[in-house]
Amino acid sequence: MTDTSLPQNAPRGSNSILATDARTKKRNAAEKRFRALGMGAIGIGLFFLIVLFTTIIRSGAPAFTRTVVDVQFTLTQAQYDEAEGTLFKTAAYADLFIAQLGEILAEQDVAADFDAESIERTLGKVGGTLREFYRANEDQLDQPVNFSLATSSRVDGYLKGRVTLEGIEDSRFLMASDLDLVDELQAAGVIKSEFNWPFITGADSGVDNPGGAGIGASVVGSFFMMLVVLALALPIGVAASIYLEEFAVQNRFTDLIEVNISNLAAVPSIVFGILGLAVFIQFAGLPQSAPLVGGLVLTLMTLPTIIISTRAALKAVPPSIREAALGVGASKMQTVFHHVLPLAMPGILTGTIIGLAQALGETAPLLLIGMVGFVARGYPDGFLTGFTEANSAMPAQIYTWAARADAAFYDKAWGGIIILLIFLMFMNILAVILRRRFERRW
Amino acid sequence: MSFAKLTASTLAITAVSASAAMAQSRDNVQVAGSSTVLPYASIVAEAFGENTDFPTPVVESGGSSAGLKRFCEGVGENTIDIANASRAIRESEIETCAANGVTDIIEVRIGYDGIVFASQQDGPAFNEFVPSDIFNAIGAQVLVDGEITENPFNTWAEFNGDLPDVEIAMFIPGTKHGTREVFEDKVLLEGCEATGAMQAMMDGGMSEDDAEDACLDVRQDGKSVDIDGDYTETLARIDANPNGIGVFGLAFYENNTDKLKVATMSGVAPNTDSIASGEYPVSRPLYFYIKKAHIGVIPGVKEFAQFFVADELAGPSGPLANYGLVSDPELSAIQEMVANEETM
Repeated sequence: MTDTSLPQNAPRGSNSILATDARTKKRNAAEKRFRALGMGAIGIGLFFLIVLFTTIIRSGAPAFTRTVVDVQFTLTQAQYDEAEGTLFKTAAYADLFIAQLGEILAEQDVAADFDAESIERTLGKVGGTLREFYRANEDQLDQPVNFSLATSSRVDGYLKGRVTLEGIEDSRFLMASDLDLVDELQAAGVIKSEFNWPFITGADSGVDNPGGAGIGASVVGSFFMMLVVLALALPIGVAASIYLEEFAVQNRFTDLIEVNISNLAAVPSIVFGILGLAVFIQFAGLPQSAPLVGGLVLTLMTLPTIIISTRAALKAVPPSIREAALGVGASKMQTVFHHVLPLAMPGILTGTIIGLAQALGETAPLLLIGMVGFVARGYPDGFLTGFTEANSAMPAQIYTWAARADAAFYDKAWGGIIILLIFLMFMNILAVILRRRFERRW
Repeated sequence: MSFAKLTASTLAITAVSASAAMAQSRDNVQVAGSSTVLPYASIVAEAFGENTDFPTPVVESGGSSAGLKRFCEGVGENTIDIANASRAIRESEIETCAANGVTDIIEVRIGYDGIVFASQQDGPAFNEFVPSDIFNAIGAQVLVDGEITENPFNTWAEFNGDLPDVEIAMFIPGTKHGTREVFEDKVLLEGCEATGAMQAMMDGGMSEDDAEDACLDVRQDGKSVDIDGDYTETLARIDANPNGIGVFGLAFYENNTDKLKVATMSGVAPNTDSIASGEYPVSRPLYFYIKKAHIGVIPGVKEFAQFFVADELAGPSGPLANYGLVSDPELSAIQEMVANEETM
């Protein structure tokens, strides 16, 4: 073969595929640029995500611990009867507790200056917890009981580093001298930190009682709302999309419906709140602040999302499946329910869960139906009353806390965001799992 | 197919629960209105739930005007029972109420609240104000060299050499807040009169009413910002702007003394004592309004009102005073009024 005599180091022609000419260079450079841009975009996205998460976790973590006074307290039957006889019973309980704590401190030779007032400033609102306990356990009267009761939000903040000596200079809620008492009590083990269970399980509390505030009741409120949304939006949405996709004739009227469903998906959520107030509360007479009404409003908001995703899932089922079913003699309805719908189910469920997750984080529509504000009813008495008894929702609770004067509630708001994010994450993970597990490819 | 059954049963469950809801009457007191009264109302509501067998009332915020608007929507379970307000109800609101069948209204004054002017703890030295300073800073039209002109001032020092030479930036309550009305009456109008702007306006041919209205006009060039949200929003603005002056309730300031420093008004420092004695000029009474028609229908309405104004709560040593409310010296008269259900 003498054709190979072409020398290896001979200058390549402009049409050689091994040489990169100017145009190829330009194209390659463009691709490199695009890749770099793409990676940059992902990098920026990741950066913000990390910033967001670290901020949330750093700001929210303090909400999950609380500072308590751990002491033995004895309430006599006579004291109990007397306290129950007053109008402001919880205050009477608190006074008894403060007096006894003072005696205990005096016995323990606490060196710092203290009087009933400084103890009162150090303690949170203890009356409510005490009264609830003794009302439920009258047999515990006249004998010592161990209590872990929340300290005031400023003592809590002091141990967490939020409140400093300079910070309380002008404050009348906690004096600089009280900090000595706190330090000494902490050294003696009377004041200590523990996991904040009341935050997970409790209900909202008054603005002067951040130590008692919890998100539990609003989680239950959100749960009942999601039940309503699921029970209404899923069947209605799926039925509507099956009809539109499989049965409806294509004409101007169905086109109009389609356009309106897409429009509805873009309507600001506050509009649904106004609608809910006018239709469900003022016209239908449903109770205010009830998860039922909240659920109905969120159903309206979620429907378009579910319809759109269900229609996409139905469209993705190949026509050959339908044709085969029809070919062996199945009716149109049998085709849809026996063959198309099961195959579209993963897509429908994913859309539903994402719709629910969106509804879970929504505050604006709840503003007008009475679910945003001070709603501290606690847990509902039964399953059915859970729909109608006044309750809040997680995002509404977070919003309420963020608007309060005491900075301790700000921590709570961040803590609430963490809880809300955990729920959202679980729902999204569930959507991914469902999609992975049941997805069929053709 | 089980799907159809599932659909049918979920619809049935919803229908049942919905009808159960309609059959059941509301058992909790529903309150809405002023965000200034909200903290006090929430303290009382929590205590009411803890100390009685009634469920904890629901207290919504939204501003005095919004609350009174909802209050006047009519009588019945799907309307609120009590409206909180940081100003007295207006004649026009009473008319709207009456037109919608809300005729018997009980007015309850719960105490007084001071309005304070505060700035960033580390910001410029805004320590002393008089109403004229505030008026000169944010009035739409002010008196300069004997003539009424569009507000020309950019910094505080331009009209009062004792104040810092920094850009004017005031965050005042929006018009839906009752606080705005007090701010207008006790600060802007006072300042307008004190600077002589009002007299100059009247000399220029305006009627007294027109001049008063003109005095309350706030400049629209961004140096004064209306805050429609809560005090936390004002605080966030002050946090971001070292030169910002915010208008707060006394209780809110006292809760945030680590971030804010307060200025005296006409030489008086705001605190519960100076407000109670009337020395501190910018204070206003706080109210709530009860629908008499709901007493005896919605459980706990009257009990809640009586609990609210009881000495143990609204008195000088109660939790409300501890939070920053200046208790009403005539509390016993108010307790009697609530007990007798005296309407306006």
